[in-house]
Amino acid sequence: MPNSKACREAYTTVLLELAKNDPDIIVISSDARGSCSLNTYVKTLPDQFVEIGIAEQNEIGVAAGLSVVGKKPYVCAPACFLTARSLEQIKVDVAYSHQNVKILGVSGGISYGALGASHHTLHDIAALRCIPDLTLIIPCDAIQTAAALRSVAQTKDAVFFRIGREKVPAVYTEELGMEPFVFGKANTLKEGCDLTLVACGEMVYHALEAATLLKTQGIEARVLDMATLKPFDEEAIIKAAGETGAILTVEEHSINGGLGATVSQIVCANHPVPVTTLGLPDEYLVTGTSLELFSEYGLDAKGIAESARKLLQRKR
Amino acid sequence: MTLQELKVQAVQTRKALLSMIYHAKTGHTGGALSSADIMTALFFHVLKLDPSNPFWEERDYFILSKGHCVEGYLAVLAERGFFPPEELETFSRFKSRLIGHPNNKIPGIEMNTGALGHGLSISVGMAIGLKKDRKTNRVFTLMGDGEQAEGSVWEAAMAAGHYKLDNLVAIIDRNHLQISGSTEDVMSLEPLAARWESFGWEVKEIDGNAMDEVVQALTSTPLKPEKPTLIIAHTIKGKGVKAMENVASWHHGVPNKGLYEEAMAAFTRLEEELRNAKL
Repeated sequence: MPNSKACREAYTTVLLELAKNDPDIIVISSDARGSCSLNTYVKTLPDQFVEIGIAEQNEIGVAAGLSVVGKKPYVCAPACFLTARSLEQIKVDVAYSHQNVKILGVSGGISYGALGASHHTLHDIAALRCIPDLTLIIPCDAIQTAAALRSVAQTKDAVFFRIGREKVPAVYTEELGMEPFVFGKANTLKEGCDLTLVACGEMVYHALEAATLLKTQGIEARVLDMATLKPFDEEAIIKAAGETGAILTVEEHSINGGLGATVSQIVCANHPVPVTTLGLPDEYLVTGTSLELFSEYGLDAKGIAESARKLLQRKR
Repeated sequence: MTLQELKVQAVQTRKALLSMIYHAKTGHTGGALSSADIMTALFFHVLKLDPSNPFWEERDYFILSKGHCVEGYLAVLAERGFFPPEELETFSRFKSRLIGHPNNKIPGIEMNTGALGHGLSISVGMAIGLKKDRKTNRVFTLMGDGEQAEGSVWEAAMAAGHYKLDNLVAIIDRNHLQISGSTEDVMSLEPLAARWESFGWEVKEIDGNAMDEVVQALTSTPLKPEKPTLIIAHTIKGKGVKAMENVASWHHGVPNKGLYEEAMAAFTRLEEELRNAKL
């Protein structure tokens, strides 16, 4: 795959750059330095690092406390544990208390495909989108991750980033003008009039590949990168419903409560058109690499294109 | 404040919180009363604070981890001048900012709490941050004893010991009762002091309703250099209202008119006695 790079590496490279110029930045980890690519950071800025051990609830609480005394904490830990074990701390200590805490959940979705359901993070979009005053960003590649982090660092908002583990192909190029990253705005990566593919995270690349496949069959698909899941760009969805008449969502998340559910809600309320929501089924998944699982559950280019063709049959 | 003034003030705190609960028809009465002496000592004697400047850089920090006992917290903040005491009358009313748990829209309240087991982690983060900046501000947090069953309390206790946070003082309001009954029946806590000591804390046990002991303990922290301090304050749930003392159902509960008036009259008599007492 072209220009593949892991988002976590981009994130921690930028974080180190930022922290070198800002002694108030403190990175907090729960025995996840390796998972979060933090080893260089810890070696370079040991005084701007706090190890909490395997205790994610405490990790978020400590981050909130650091924020109260004026620090700029960045929590880095596996997404599956943060959004399950620490959901209450994210809600109460960070978002409800309006603390300047940035949280990075790595290995989200099915990054840990072979490690089983305990390590799959398929509930986090649903859970985090129900928490007011929490920004949720799911960047699709390393370039967007870096741009989003630089923008986020300028805010005092509570932010949750969800990224994967493995290298992902570049969707953006440095020249595409990704900076500054704009919160709450969908990026139109490809124009099209027959239907719209809406994706977030790593699924954006596969949606683009599907659009290329569809084009060879004479179908013009619009592709939207919904990198900010909250606040959500409702306008882009309403416009897509009006202009393309059908929407297919693609996400590395349970089919319940995520991107697809959000888009469906907006479409139903504003401009009803046929919608298909592709995601992972409400069951414990088979094991394998994430690419094997994307293929198994119809989230690769071929599967997405096939669902798109079926959706077009429903279009009035 | 002198010891005598603090004792009088503690009675006034009790009157204020009971009045809030009675008029709002809601509240966590038992624990607010048991911890009233601790809250009074903290806000009128122990903590460095400036009511006219709640974000004063040199302030000591306080986190009420047992957030349901917010009535006592609001009472002392109002009495200290963080907001007008008349606002206490809006407690739990429609659209009031004085809700049933701490809310950091209120001057003097650092963090929103209410979900149990969060306060100590937040306090550990504050203490670490202050140490990193070589600041001498201290962090105090008040926990409940029922709250000790939350796992996050022990995650935070472990971290405080690990980081040798001698700028951190935790207090447990050890009144032996929680919502369903005795703490030892619901989830036994003893040996509580030994458990905390084994996590690297220096522990002192006091009578948490005896103002002299409360003040002495809270003003002699850290008990040991390079160790976080835990004060186990033995208290009586519902302290000061005879009908409520040591009765689990008063964890929350609203007195009827007769009981309220009787309790307020008793507090007024006690206040008079304390004012007239020769120390």
